[in-house]
Amino acid sequence: MIRYYLEFEKPIEELELKIEELKRISDGKDINLSGEVKKLEKKVKELRSEIFSTLTPWQKILVARHPDRPYTLDYINMITTDFIELHGDRRFADDHSIVGGFARIKDMPVMILGQQKGRGTRERISRNFGQLHPEGYRKALRLMKLAEKFKKPVITFIDTPGAYPGIGAEERGQAEAIAVNLMEMSRLKTPIISIVIGEGGSGGALGLSVADRLYMLEHAVYSVISPEGCAAILWKRNGDIGTEDFSRAAYALKLTAQDLLRFKIIDDIIPEPLGGAHRAPEVTAEKLTEYIVKAIEELSAKTPAKLVEERYKRFRKIGNFEEEG
Amino acid sequence: MGGLITRHSLLVTVVKMPWFKKTKELKTDRKGKIPEGLWVKCDSCKEIVYRKEIEKNLKVCPKCNYHFRISARDRLKLLVDEGSFTELDENLVSGDPLHFKDTISYKERLKENQQKSGLKEAVISGDALIKGHPVSLVIMDFSFMGGSMGSVVGEKVSKAAERSIEENQPLIIVASSGGARMQEGIFSLMQMAKVSAAIGRLKENGILYISILCDPTFGGVTASFAMLGDIIIAEPKSLIGFAGPRVIEQTIKQPLPEGFQRADFLLEHGLIDMVVDRKNLEDMLAKLLDLLR
Repeated sequence: MIRYYLEFEKPIEELELKIEELKRISDGKDINLSGEVKKLEKKVKELRSEIFSTLTPWQKILVARHPDRPYTLDYINMITTDFIELHGDRRFADDHSIVGGFARIKDMPVMILGQQKGRGTRERISRNFGQLHPEGYRKALRLMKLAEKFKKPVITFIDTPGAYPGIGAEERGQAEAIAVNLMEMSRLKTPIISIVIGEGGSGGALGLSVADRLYMLEHAVYSVISPEGCAAILWKRNGDIGTEDFSRAAYALKLTAQDLLRFKIIDDIIPEPLGGAHRAPEVTAEKLTEYIVKAIEELSAKTPAKLVEERYKRFRKIGNFEEEG
Repeated sequence: MGGLITRHSLLVTVVKMPWFKKTKELKTDRKGKIPEGLWVKCDSCKEIVYRKEIEKNLKVCPKCNYHFRISARDRLKLLVDEGSFTELDENLVSGDPLHFKDTISYKERLKENQQKSGLKEAVISGDALIKGHPVSLVIMDFSFMGGSMGSVVGEKVSKAAERSIEENQPLIIVASSGGARMQEGIFSLMQMAKVSAAIGRLKENGILYISILCDPTFGGVTASFAMLGDIIIAEPKSLIGFAGPRVIEQTIKQPLPEGFQRADFLLEHGLIDMVVDRKNLEDMLAKLLDLLR
């Protein structure tokens, strides 16, 4: 399997190549290199652990955008049974950037939906790189309203660079579609659990995450603007901008799961296996299931009125300001 | 279609005008939205116009009807009964949760904007009368950090909405904003959910909410309270949208069509109810308030 290594993973790549080389040499021959291999494997583990425990915000962004990272459909396949995908907003189109439908998690019926990035050029284009058009937000709302009608909890997975900026999107009311989702989600009479599994890109992410419980995977990010966008606004006048500026902007924006937990914007961080979710998707999926099941159990005990009231309060109290005398 | 509505309301106003029209004229105070000098070049038609003429015309270009951006205080003068405005929550000031720094710190930037605009934040809010009708009123000011929405804007809008429910009075918001305020990061983003939830409560309580969109209204403001009005009104030629035109151009790599994201474009695409000239706005609001009380 060809693996994609990020720039800062190069030392790991070198070691792993060496291990493979050793394995190949010893394969079917009398030379026993298993001692060497074991030593190197231990070294890889230590190195990876060291690198991943000290990721910078910009490195986290790269992990969150990693092309091998599991996407919404990967998780749906791993954590649900009986997934029945539903399509369309009944108004304009079926937006392939978002997938959703009824399914079971540990036998509990749920509505599960999320942004879907594509793998490979063709799928990426058909998924529009996980960037929704207005019909995507309207499709999501239609599915969430169905869940409300049938009293099923809603699970949303967030993974998008942002809502799509295009002519058609503006013509069909991108802003209105998101605004209506924010308002309607705030008063949906069924539990909503949202998990940022990769990129939480601004309003495009928020349009699916007005929830009772908001979790982030360990290396996921959630931000009002991308570091690239932020850097362009702040520093473009000084000429070309590059990785160093993105890195600075990523740090300034405080967009990691760890930052958002500290700000009490999210409820918890869901741990990822060493090296990121893509290194052991099943392990990540199992953790996700654990958190989702626990949240559903807690939230299902509340009346719809109480849920809506608590959700209102949850967002109402967010803000950082003071009253001057 | 936009032209029709505009002309129609103009007609109505001409008939009514002599009765109540206070002489509403806007002085270009301090750093006005209109560039300094005796003569002014219109942003839209590029014609050179005598400054006094624009001021007399409520800061609207007499040649092409372009509506210049005006301050929240000027807007207030145009919309409410004289002396009826009580400002509320005026002492709320932003914290700096991210300890954000670009070229200067966010705290310094706030101070700079406070001095420049004479405002504490990008929005003023309170109770007012519009031709005798009590309303909760929120007016954004683009000159304060591009009218961006951070914690204070979100809080003031939410409070105004909640006050509308308590007092059983309509909510009117005049928007003009570049979107969510980057310097407050995730806190700004979450204000979108907060204000939308507050507007949701208005709907549940049967309270009228009129949203007025001015040049420019974008991003997180459009994608939250601005597009949630029961009635949505835009000023002529205002640029309104989710993504900014430059971002769209860079994404699709082709030039944008003429009139894209202008008020008439939104009207044509069914996204707003009407385009109303500045001079007719107060009358239109009064009519709606009267009809829907």
